[in-house]
Amino acid sequence: MIQSDHKPIIEIKNVSKCFGEKTALEDINLSVKKGEFVTILGPSGCGKTTLLRLIAGFHNASSGEIRIDGEDVTDTPPYKRPVNTVFQKYALFPHLNVYDNIAFGLKLKKLPKPEMEKKVKAALKMVGMTDYEYRDVDSLSGGQQQRVAIARAIVNEPEVLLLDEPLAALDLKMRKDMQMELKEMHKRLGITFVYVTHDQEEALTLSDTIVVMSEGKVQQIGTPTDIYNEPVNSFVADFIGESNILNGTMVEDCQVICCGHQFECVDKGFGRNVPVDVVIRPEDVYIFPVSEAAQLTGVVQSCIFKGVHYEMVVLCGRYEIMVQDYHAFEVGSEVGLLVKPFDIHIMQKERTCNTFEGRLKDATHVEFLGCVFECLPVEGAVADMPVQVEVDFDRVQLQDDAEDGMLTGEVKFILYKGDHYHLTVWSDWDENVFVDTNDVWDDGDQVGITLPKEAIRVIK
Amino acid sequence: MNRLSLFLSARKNWVLPYVIFSLVFVVLPLLLIVVYAFTDDAGHLTLANFGKFFDHPEAVNTFIYSIGIAIITTIGCIVLGYPAAWILSRSRSSYAQTLILLFILPMWVNVLIRTLATVALFDFCQLPLGEGALIFGMIYNFIPFMIFPIYNTLQKMDRSYIEAAEDLGANSVQVFWKVILPLSMPGVVSGIMMVFMPTVSTFAIAELLTMNNIKLFGTTMQENINNSMWNYGAALSLIMLFLIAATSLFGSDGKESEKGGGLW
Repeated sequence: MIQSDHKPIIEIKNVSKCFGEKTALEDINLSVKKGEFVTILGPSGCGKTTLLRLIAGFHNASSGEIRIDGEDVTDTPPYKRPVNTVFQKYALFPHLNVYDNIAFGLKLKKLPKPEMEKKVKAALKMVGMTDYEYRDVDSLSGGQQQRVAIARAIVNEPEVLLLDEPLAALDLKMRKDMQMELKEMHKRLGITFVYVTHDQEEALTLSDTIVVMSEGKVQQIGTPTDIYNEPVNSFVADFIGESNILNGTMVEDCQVICCGHQFECVDKGFGRNVPVDVVIRPEDVYIFPVSEAAQLTGVVQSCIFKGVHYEMVVLCGRYEIMVQDYHAFEVGSEVGLLVKPFDIHIMQKERTCNTFEGRLKDATHVEFLGCVFECLPVEGAVADMPVQVEVDFDRVQLQDDAEDGMLTGEVKFILYKGDHYHLTVWSDWDENVFVDTNDVWDDGDQVGITLPKEAIRVIK
Repeated sequence: MNRLSLFLSARKNWVLPYVIFSLVFVVLPLLLIVVYAFTDDAGHLTLANFGKFFDHPEAVNTFIYSIGIAIITTIGCIVLGYPAAWILSRSRSSYAQTLILLFILPMWVNVLIRTLATVALFDFCQLPLGEGALIFGMIYNFIPFMIFPIYNTLQKMDRSYIEAAEDLGANSVQVFWKVILPLSMPGVVSGIMMVFMPTVSTFAIAELLTMNNIKLFGTTMQENINNSMWNYGAALSLIMLFLIAATSLFGSDGKESEKGGGLW
């Protein structure tokens, strides 16, 4: 069996981490195989760095278990763990020169001098910094400091190398070069890399496996192609690459209605007439002058040259569809669009309306989200009866002035769905309210939330 | 345009009052010290004042003794002050502010009053005044000047250095000796200069806490000048100034001080 080659080097089981009241990580499960290049990818504040710091031992998990090489290290201090970290801001010791920085870990292990020198030299060679031993670290450029930081970590021959956005401070060109070098280095060293980044392109380029995180939870784990072609939810589809995410209805297996057209697709098993999210990558849409073959027709709204291709927005009825093509079509011209069945990806909707746990106050009042709302009369109402409350996404009203709403919230995630925006609003009651709207909001906007009484459905 | 308003509009002119002040009260007196030190009563150029110092073993001994006391005081301040600064830098900010206030509070009281209170305290506890009391009083008076520069560097220190050291296999003791202490050296050097220099020239604390039994170099200078031996007093002051200049050179010699973090 090839099991020995594939035994997990890192196992994370049901790990949660709270900072005071705030939950940074919630029930994380992750298994990393020996020798893998794993990238933890997510927007800032999604908990990816916290997860890395838990593996390194700088934080202790609030609950759950972390195993490295089969050994439980949940409460092991960082200096006893067989991992080394490359820090985001390098954290090279300013009072030591390049040689002493790299030899720091070896000196602690009391390695004999000649052997130490050999190892430091080898590590410097590995990162292409030979002859820099006696340079002051402050005199090095960002890229050189980065290399020294990597050398300082790998010289200790760790089982796992942890990298916390190591290329974030470098310019684009340098970053691309370093990406290739890191990949090369991973191959030569044969050790496990756990890499944290917010750059989806970097993740797709480097990794064997990508772990997409958002809001302290793992959204999807898979190979770069899996993540790109088969995103499990709208967050992943939106975060990785460009995509058109549209509302659709699965009529039957392999048939989906979207933008008023029935498309053939390859997804099955959703049932009949089920609302779904449809993902179409802009590079998968064929654009051509209107003809018989067109599934959709529309008018070009904008056309931007992106270097390799043109990026066009086509208005088909009331849906805006983003298209990437090598040929430009003039703004205002009528075009036909076609998508092949294989290029349509169907995702189960995470939810079709807001659902809250509430409590009836009387026949016309219900309490949820920390407020008492007026609702249409409920038959057979008993005070303090626990109920479920449903509110459709498009019935929620948002106000500019947070004071005007019944409760306040912060816009956290915006998803464009072709003809409207789907917002995730984090209410001050610490529960998400999902809103469909045509108004443009920005990430981080403070808004007032109002729920009209007609919009509130009470379910006993 | 009005000349005065033109003069005031150039910001660099605002420094003029202080320049005049320091010329009259800092530079001129320093020049006077130099002139007095190299002349005799009659105003003739001479090196006799310095000769007199080196000929008198009593004066030289006082000088050496003073430096000894200053070194002991400085070491005492480091040993007591470093852990205090460490605790301050590790505590939550609101808590740390209260602690800092507690450290500053005694400094609001005049040195002489504090020292007289120390004398009273020793009397109350029936402890003898003398060398022990002197060192106690000096450390008590100067320790805040050691704590603050060290606290400053420790507080500004990037936590990732500590994490990097832990990550590379250093336990907490090794982290302290190999990373925290070397990185906080600028603060310690600042503290040494803030404590060592003034302690060399103190005299009031020594007089009060030893009932005039122990003479420090500051006392010797003060006695000479009080007895109108201006030239000899000026020569002694100059010798001390050289010592202080030498210490500050030692301080600014290391590259650490360029990186700042301390008070200087």
